[in-house]
Amino acid sequence: MRHILSLLMENEAGALSRVSGLFSARAFNIESLIVAPTEDSTVSRMTVVTSGSDAIIEQITKQLNKLVDVIKVVDLNEFRHIERELMLIKLIAQNECRDEAKRMVDIFRGRIIDVTENTYTIEMTGTSEKLDAFIESLDNSMILEVVRSGVSGLSRGDKATQS
Amino acid sequence: MAKKKEILRGAEIFCRALKDEGVKHLFGYPGGAVLHIYDALYKQDAIEHVLVRHEQGATHAADGYARATGRPGVVLVTSGPGATNAVTGIATAYLDSIPLIVFTGQVATHMIGNDAFQEVDSMGITRPCVKHNFLVKDVKDLAATIKKAFYVATSGRPGPVVIDIPKDITADSCEYDYPQEIELRSYRPVVKGHPGQIKKAAKLLLSAKKPMIYSGGGVVLSEASNELTEFSQLLGYPVTNTLMGLGAYPATDKQFVGMLGMHGTYEANMGMHHCDLLIAIGARFDDRVTGDLEKFCPYAKIIQIDIDPSSIAKNVPVDVPIVGDVRYVLSDLISILKNGKGKPDIKALEDWWKQIYDWKKLDCLKFDRTTDVIKPQYVVEKLWELTKGDAYVTSDVGQHQMWAAQFYPFDKPRRWINSGGLGTMGFGLPAAMGVKLAFPDETVACISGEASLVMCIQELSTCLQYNTPIKILSLNNRYMGMVRQWQEFFYSSRYSHSYMEALPDFVKMAESYGHVGMRIEKSSDVEGAIKEALELKERTVLMDFVTDQTENVYPMIAAGKGHHEMHLSTDANRELA
Repeated sequence: MRHILSLLMENEAGALSRVSGLFSARAFNIESLIVAPTEDSTVSRMTVVTSGSDAIIEQITKQLNKLVDVIKVVDLNEFRHIERELMLIKLIAQNECRDEAKRMVDIFRGRIIDVTENTYTIEMTGTSEKLDAFIESLDNSMILEVVRSGVSGLSRGDKATQS
Repeated sequence: MAKKKEILRGAEIFCRALKDEGVKHLFGYPGGAVLHIYDALYKQDAIEHVLVRHEQGATHAADGYARATGRPGVVLVTSGPGATNAVTGIATAYLDSIPLIVFTGQVATHMIGNDAFQEVDSMGITRPCVKHNFLVKDVKDLAATIKKAFYVATSGRPGPVVIDIPKDITADSCEYDYPQEIELRSYRPVVKGHPGQIKKAAKLLLSAKKPMIYSGGGVVLSEASNELTEFSQLLGYPVTNTLMGLGAYPATDKQFVGMLGMHGTYEANMGMHHCDLLIAIGARFDDRVTGDLEKFCPYAKIIQIDIDPSSIAKNVPVDVPIVGDVRYVLSDLISILKNGKGKPDIKALEDWWKQIYDWKKLDCLKFDRTTDVIKPQYVVEKLWELTKGDAYVTSDVGQHQMWAAQFYPFDKPRRWINSGGLGTMGFGLPAAMGVKLAFPDETVACISGEASLVMCIQELSTCLQYNTPIKILSLNNRYMGMVRQWQEFFYSSRYSHSYMEALPDFVKMAESYGHVGMRIEKSSDVEGAIKEALELKERTVLMDFVTDQTENVYPMIAAGKGHHEMHLSTDANRELA
């Protein structure tokens, strides 16, 4: 099953390689991994999307907690939570395709943020599923380039994960 | 008025911090990146530097020192090859959770990443085999980093910590301020077990009809031998130890059923298979212990006590997990058992012990005592007799290691020193040297084989320089014995590259290093030789025992088999695979 793990860790050089190294050394899956500093510049927030049986997820969580630089690990699947991913996608937008592209972007509530005679570059946020759905709805030959941020997420409600 | 703080150079801070940590011995090898530190070492006398002959030897020696004393071993090596040579020893310590502080020199900060002379990414290379590592980028951080390293290495589940120090940091100066205490918000190991879980465990303990106590290296690391012994004797339950846990429970006690696992005793493994309650204490269900997980303890409920949450239920699901230092958890369990009304089921326990004695009658460790060809088991047994079971024994890896574990019953913890997890050949000799430095008045023996021994043989030179008279018992069968055994069993006796041709003359080798060499070819000469070696208290002695080439380690659980499917010496002709 897919899990979103949210980590707070010391913002130290090499912290990312400790986490990514752990996943590769122990043969755990990574679907996506993002990291950036938080409001406290000494703390980074890392969000890892992984998958595995309950036993594997338990091991991943424990192994992450064991890393000396990791302050906290939360499995967002244990809470009601919100997840978002950002995608930038460059599409061929010529002739009759141009209107079609615009319509699709509107349906998926994306925004066109760069325009040339031949292309649109679109910004879209949502769950990973929604972004997948948008890509699937397009004719493959229209797509020039895709970049996705990977998933970030937070639990719903008043609760917060703090260092 | 606050005392004015001294301004020290990085190299001096290094020496002073080690002194403030109470470090007495530093195992190392100089090189370009650590020359400032070596210069500072030259000017002090608080710490004795032990010059090894290869950085692998430094890490193993420090490791042996740590295993014997319980204090962290400290190593200093240079950048590049110094660091890479140390990696095997760091990984060895990591797999067995041994506290080491390894300082690696590094090229100057402005050179890092330029492929400078003797530059490697020591942080990257060591990251997967350390508990933690640090790169010091400012001399002001050096003292605090050293404090953190000692704290991390020795607390919680111990392990090696690497500190990478660029050369310019050792030349820079700042005020010296060594912190008394350190706290890390991201690292707070649990010590006390959860009271609710402990109560649950106590209840389950008393309901058992066929209990088995399975304890490992964690008991040694936590200094919990007394607690384990009291706990076990309070209940009267059988105790088995892992390879790493030997000595944690007195092996000559009647409740001890021997080591378990691949080369464990019949009674220990059968006990594991048939028990209805398994109490795992500081043990990690290693594959050499469990055999096939599908067949592991099929009738048992499992209680597991471990300081490392990730060790719990990693390989085997657990009914009552308790996270905590085993010493504290065992103390809590003992007081519950003592104050509670419940008692173990004496009747059921009698039947269980009867069954265990029946298994024991098989005498699974018997070997041929009639021949004059030296049986390796006999050598170990004689060493045990002649040292009254009270020596520090290190070993290398292979058949001799298993025979040492089987035939030298340890009654005290920290006496048995071997590379259990990583299985590092070459460990025994430098480790023995480290132990002898820590305990100059104790007998320190290294049980080895001719293949393992030569992997770090250069340390014989260090043994002379620092006067560490150890006794090396090389069980020389002219084979990599364990490889040969597997080839015999599983590869139709195709002995592919496991035969050692062109071995050196070990007697001359010992002599050329300034030690005593002996070659023993007959069983009847074994006792006399060991006696003589032990009497040479001031000399390192290398005993080259020419042993039976065909001897195998029994019992054996082959890969994919369960505890109840052991291969015994008596059914040597039975098909294994």
